[in-house]
Amino acid sequence: MHPAGSVIIFTVASGIGFGLLAFLGLGLPAVQGWAAFWYFAVGFALAVGGLVSSTFHLGNPQRALKAFTQWRTSWLSREGWFSVTALICLGIYALFAVFFGRNLVVFGVLGAVFSLLTVFATSMLYTQLKTVPRWNTWTTPVMFILLSIAGGALLAGHVWFALILMIAAGVMQVITWVLGDKRFSQAGSNIGSATGLGERGDVRAFEPPHTGNNYLLKEMVHEVGRKHAMKLRVIALVLMAVVPVLILLVSQSVFAIAAAAILHLIGVLAQRWLFFAEAEHVVGLYYGKR
Amino acid sequence: MTTLPATTDKKLGLVIDLDTCVGCHACVVSCKGWNTENYGAPLSDQDAYGSDPTGTFLNRVHSYEVQPETGPAQLIHFPKSCLHCEDAPCVTVCPTGASYKRQEDGIVLVNEDACIGCGLCAWACPYGAREMDAAAGVMKKCTLCVDRIYNENLPEVDRVPSCVRTCPAGARHFGDLGDENSDVSKLVAARGGMDLMPEQGTKPVNKYLPPRPKDVEPEMDVLAPYLQPVAKDQKGFLGWLDKALEAI
Repeated sequence: MHPAGSVIIFTVASGIGFGLLAFLGLGLPAVQGWAAFWYFAVGFALAVGGLVSSTFHLGNPQRALKAFTQWRTSWLSREGWFSVTALICLGIYALFAVFFGRNLVVFGVLGAVFSLLTVFATSMLYTQLKTVPRWNTWTTPVMFILLSIAGGALLAGHVWFALILMIAAGVMQVITWVLGDKRFSQAGSNIGSATGLGERGDVRAFEPPHTGNNYLLKEMVHEVGRKHAMKLRVIALVLMAVVPVLILLVSQSVFAIAAAAILHLIGVLAQRWLFFAEAEHVVGLYYGKR
Repeated sequence: MTTLPATTDKKLGLVIDLDTCVGCHACVVSCKGWNTENYGAPLSDQDAYGSDPTGTFLNRVHSYEVQPETGPAQLIHFPKSCLHCEDAPCVTVCPTGASYKRQEDGIVLVNEDACIGCGLCAWACPYGAREMDAAAGVMKKCTLCVDRIYNENLPEVDRVPSCVRTCPAGARHFGDLGDENSDVSKLVAARGGMDLMPEQGTKPVNKYLPPRPKDVEPEMDVLAPYLQPVAKDQKGFLGWLDKALEAI
């Protein structure tokens, strides 16, 4: 799949932002006044910034409000509802925490629950697609949620929690890659089933329908970036888990946490780029490509 | 509404004969023509006369080579457009309700006024039947020429999808695949019509008729087996050369 910059930034930023907001909503830490202002400013900036970034890849963003109508079937619509509910609940919670020094537990907890539901809904956009076998499995939501709360814990200053979550995310990432590499063949689609000609012999794409490029190939058949996939996997794993964990084990000063958070963020960006670039859509079979 | 109808009154669709298709791409051109001039946003091209032309098409013809275990390889032309699936994954993922499947005839359509161009439906389709138009920013797909098949301003013979009307080989058939007595259903039954990627669980309405087995050339002369076999050993200069080279 084509790794679109706007979608990578959206999923990473809103994931970490909602992770942080979830901790703040649960009162971990139960900040008030200026401290609350800065914490929530960072959380809202990441979450809302990510959501705004996601509209950049739309063909007609002026109609985005219509996306709230189909929550019965569509995960994208549900994501819209969850995120708006989370932001409203936490907006009220933040308002009272900043200006009145009060932590409204009900709004905080509701906001935290809907923050995590938003991240889950984002992950389900990808998990639901049978056409992309690497995504269509339980590891996708687990990875999204783990990285969201790991980043949130880091930004909220819960060092030990962040340490455990980053180790868990690193281990889970390796499992995801090992299982993910087998998903396409397990799903059972091949050029024979795609064309229905597989029983007659070996099928080979002889001639494509057109000599140029098209939307399908640009969007869903991304072969270019994969040659560096192995190196990028190591970079992603080292930056999002190994190095931040080592930094935090050595020092737990504010600077150490900041450095760990920045490296973790870069690692997650690389991880998310790979998440798209390595995902193979079955439509590629029609073009003899993966 | 992006909830799929439990059943549809009809299952209008295409039956494509892979035995007959000659790969002329006439259906592609007529589809592009009709659907650019009529229903919805035109099918735009980008850099049409430049070095890197691309454009939106609702129907594309692939060609595949099939190599059986014995015998020569076979070339099969393979037109592909929306299969109007009964369990269409492109419909349920749509956040705005722009994508829908009609209860009355099973046609899967896009309401372009509600489409935000998020592209999720194209991701959900295993067949590559949906393409985002780069100029209009909305998702385009085969409408089964919904503006032809019910159009009483057209002569009756033209009330079929443009690709079907155009096909010079008669490789494309249109009808109600939900009615087992329809011509298309009988054709599917007689020729062993098949689904594409059944493992995706989409239950496509469109069917593909597999190529018929190739004929084996019959023995034309009943006496031929009794004729003297042609001498396999070369004589003269070529025979000497053969032996000489063999000996080296």
